[in-house]
Amino acid sequence: MNAALTRLLAKPWLWSFLGALVVFLASIAFTGGYGASGMVNAAFSLAVFTVIVGVGQMFVITLGPGNVDLSLPANIGLASAVAMKVMNGDDSLVALGILAALGCGLGIGVANYLLIWALRIPPIIATLSASFVIQSIDISYGRGLQIKPPPGFANFANAQVFGAPILAILVVLFTIAAAIVLQRTIYGRSVLAIGQNIRAARLAGVKVGRTRFLTYALCGVLGGLDGALLAGYFRGANVDIGNEYLLASIAVVVIGGTSVAGGKANVPGVWGAALFLVLLLTMLNTFGVSAGVRLVMTGLIIVLVITAAGGAKAER
Amino acid sequence: MEGMTGGAAPDLVRLDGVEKRFGAVRALDGVDFSVARGECVGLVGHNGAGKSTLMNVLAGTIKADSGRLTINGETLRDYSPTRAKALGVRCVFQELSLCPNLSVAENARVFHPALKGFNWRRKAGGLILDKLDEIFPGHGVNPGDLVQDLSIGRRQMIETARAFTVSDEPVRLVILDEPTSSLDAHTAGQLLSFVRRAVAQGTSCVLISHLLGEILNNSDRIVVMRDGKEVASGRAASFDREKLMAAMGGAEERERKAAAIASTAPRGDAPIRVRARRPGQKGETHIVAREGEIIGLAGLAGQGQTDLLLDIFAAASRPRADIEVTAPVALVAGDRQSDGIFPQWSILENIGIGSLARLREGPLISRRREEALANLWRDKIGIRTPDVANNILSLSGGNQQKALFARALGSDARIVLMDDPMRGVDIGTKLEVYDLIREEARAGRTFLWYTTETEELQNCDRVYIFRNGAIVADLAHDALSEEKVIESSFEAG
Amino acid sequence: MTAPALAERPVSAEAGRLRLRRALRALLPAFSLVLVLAAIAYLNSRAISYFGFNLMLNLAIPIALATLAQMFVIAGNDLDLSIGTFVGFVGCVAATWLHDQPLLGVLILIGGVAAYAALGALVAWRDLPSIVVTLGMSFVWQGLAILLLPKPGGSAPHWLLSLMGVKPPFVPFPIVAAIVIAVVAHIGLMRSSYGAILRGSGGNAAAIGRAGWSLFKAKVTLFALAGFFGVLSGLALIGITTSADANIGNGYTLLSIAGVILGGGEFVGGRVSPIGAVIGALTLALAASPLLTFMRIPPDWQVAANGAILIIVLAARVLISQRGAER
Repeated sequence: MNAALTRLLAKPWLWSFLGALVVFLASIAFTGGYGASGMVNAAFSLAVFTVIVGVGQMFVITLGPGNVDLSLPANIGLASAVAMKVMNGDDSLVALGILAALGCGLGIGVANYLLIWALRIPPIIATLSASFVIQSIDISYGRGLQIKPPPGFANFANAQVFGAPILAILVVLFTIAAAIVLQRTIYGRSVLAIGQNIRAARLAGVKVGRTRFLTYALCGVLGGLDGALLAGYFRGANVDIGNEYLLASIAVVVIGGTSVAGGKANVPGVWGAALFLVLLLTMLNTFGVSAGVRLVMTGLIIVLVITAAGGAKAER
Repeated sequence: MEGMTGGAAPDLVRLDGVEKRFGAVRALDGVDFSVARGECVGLVGHNGAGKSTLMNVLAGTIKADSGRLTINGETLRDYSPTRAKALGVRCVFQELSLCPNLSVAENARVFHPALKGFNWRRKAGGLILDKLDEIFPGHGVNPGDLVQDLSIGRRQMIETARAFTVSDEPVRLVILDEPTSSLDAHTAGQLLSFVRRAVAQGTSCVLISHLLGEILNNSDRIVVMRDGKEVASGRAASFDREKLMAAMGGAEERERKAAAIASTAPRGDAPIRVRARRPGQKGETHIVAREGEIIGLAGLAGQGQTDLLLDIFAAASRPRADIEVTAPVALVAGDRQSDGIFPQWSILENIGIGSLARLREGPLISRRREEALANLWRDKIGIRTPDVANNILSLSGGNQQKALFARALGSDARIVLMDDPMRGVDIGTKLEVYDLIREEARAGRTFLWYTTETEELQNCDRVYIFRNGAIVADLAHDALSEEKVIESSFEAG
Repeated sequence: MTAPALAERPVSAEAGRLRLRRALRALLPAFSLVLVLAAIAYLNSRAISYFGFNLMLNLAIPIALATLAQMFVIAGNDLDLSIGTFVGFVGCVAATWLHDQPLLGVLILIGGVAAYAALGALVAWRDLPSIVVTLGMSFVWQGLAILLLPKPGGSAPHWLLSLMGVKPPFVPFPIVAAIVIAVVAHIGLMRSSYGAILRGSGGNAAAIGRAGWSLFKAKVTLFALAGFFGVLSGLALIGITTSADANIGNGYTLLSIAGVILGGGEFVGGRVSPIGAVIGALTLALAASPLLTFMRIPPDWQVAANGAILIIVLAARVLISQRGAER
């Protein structure tokens, strides 16, 4: 019994779920128990969007130090516009619209990798610069469009089954699949190997270039998916719809227990950290704090958590 | 070479009963070591004997688990690199301590905190330049040069010269760890004669080198280490090559094994697995490796052997004109930390990474198969561990190296490239692995083996000697001898 | 032993070639600036005048100061993703507290520098990834700015306005200021004895530590310098715009990174150039708006142009290195 408990406590993702629980309880205490189930439901609904891009970012960050995708917000913005434009308010075009958004995201991911590989630009700069170009494309493309989602799609994005949001259930399944891919496929092992020691990975026969390419492409695709779903959930697309997901995607990866030095990823932790962040925001809203205080608290808590977790060497 | 060894004078430095463990590895097993004033002590031993660890303790960069350190008669408790430097202990290790983005003068400044104030740049530049002129006349280095623009030979010169510079702290003892490894013969000679002069003037020195000739010609006293202990020590004049090699260890057993494989017949008609031609090679000399052969690559360190192995490895996936590879290839790295080990993974994951495709059941990797592979090789190669699911770092250095071998041998590679993989490995592990290599070769695998220990070449069917990136000699097993190898290593290409 | 005098020392052919390649790379920022100026002159020759430069390079000073702040952080192998929001925060303080209660305003700004120093201490002590930490801090500065100025407003103190409004004869103020800033930073980081240690901490931290220097102190110093230059940047910005808003500095994060890279700096290895960074900032200030306006690029696409410029410059650098390298 003791050994099992010790092993459970050693799991890094446990802390993010505990943090989410603590924040939830604090909110409930403030409201006197009112609206608890609604809060949980809303938390899962919202956390979904962070988890999707969080998983993508997790794969990128696991590739090793210096790997991060800063083009996600612009990606999400553009994909949401593309999805809405293709769907054109018509339910029969939903599948096509989603495909278009995925394709848009894939293109961005591929473009990111080309900058990194062909021009040897560090991923931070490559994705940051790409994000600016994507932003411009989005602004000019989305100008003056009537971008409302088809009603069926919007309803689906907001739908519940057995009291739980459909999207949340689907994304939980997706997360499980991602964990399996990470641990039990050649691709996943390659990512973990590259993140631990890129030179050793190459000498062990890992296809480094191909793996990096697939990872950035995957992250792009997930950004595209997120954009389409966000547009459906919030019943409209706009350029800034993805802005808060930059910090969020990186934060949930780090808070969830993935190592920023690469080579060690934690998939359940992404959910725990996403719930933690969403519930944190909810709690701050419940307390009635202003936008400014909300931002300060969010930032400080993230700094606090990463300080507690320590860096690469502090982990060993 | 006579130096000033005060018979009754107290030692400058004494280490008593020093012990140090790294996890399961016992790097220092109760070592006594001393250096007198004006004495040059040569420290020899195979890789992994503990020389570098001992010197790190002396320099303050590693804290010993137990033991006593005395400098100038004072037993030291809180020892650190700063304290060491204040007491006059300097060291030049193999990992260079220069900042590549700074100039030579700025690097001198880093070394001497006292060099500040208005004219610091000129003072620092003058200091390092004077010393470079003194040790290496004709060096061609300017104080304003950026270190990153200089060759590795020049960098070693600068770092060595810097260790002897004095501003406000005295120089009493200089530790030189393979100081000529990147120098050509002429510059190496300049350095060694400077060291002799400095020692004659009262500076003490510890010289670590795997070139026994260097040690014999430049030391007053020699200490031999093996497996973390001091096994022999005495005046340099009382040693010769054979005595040193005998003390360093394992010669008799190796000779026995070598005799056992002397009878291996050459495989003239077996299919060719690797054929490679080096750029800059005069004449038509190729490297040819046939199925079942063990081919050795020898010569001084850094003469192109590793480059050849890396080129062959790359050629397996991307064909090139001058290298022909006819079967899958695997590589066993020599520098475990930087090229081999995945530190977050378990032993079985470290082994399995070389065989992922074969471990699949359907689209996913099978845990069962991975474990079976790891257990198979644990038994076959003798990895000492209670459970292959433990983290790789729970293994000792030698066993980690065995795991890397298991990775390569457990894959479907028919050609195994080995980049000096026995560095820092104890003699027991080495013998076990040699046996396995020979067994695998008999079963049809081809090995290309770069090694810096000439005794290991006894395992090879044929040896190519490298100099300046090209082959200068090609010796069959029967024609092998250490003299021949060393002689050819120094021939012009 | 007669050694040849310093000036006559022979330079090996290899070192000579490398120096040439390095010189080419060092000239790239200046070359980019000349290119942008030439393009502007071609498109609108009247812009090349005292008045024209004053107008175009207006915002170059705050950008240059922010770029230098980023440069100090990058010199230590880190990255500051919060410099933009910090500049905005400083601007809001300048337009409110500094104007109404100067003493308190000064204290708050000192506190800002202290916060940066504390951040450096945290990063050094816990070996934190600067990307995540500064990304978190960017939210803190943004929130504080919003608390100070929920809506755009405030007004800059008079002394600040006068300082930024100086009109020296012959040479436009922005150029004078840029030269002064570049020289001061150059002397501080490249010529001083401790500056060598700071840069060494990015080049080979282990070696610096082994030589007895405190890496902790070096990191704190670098971050404190970043905070200090960030404060100067915010003050300069408000001196020009006369009033502030919470988002005013947000674009400065990318601009500062771009400026350092354009100026020949690299993310790892402690290789930075203060003079190059200032030149890079000037180039960006020109390319970010005036050039694009003259080229009649629609405002929607001006954002993209910033990203494109960075990509082009980095590609050029790679090409130069590859042509020189014997592979």
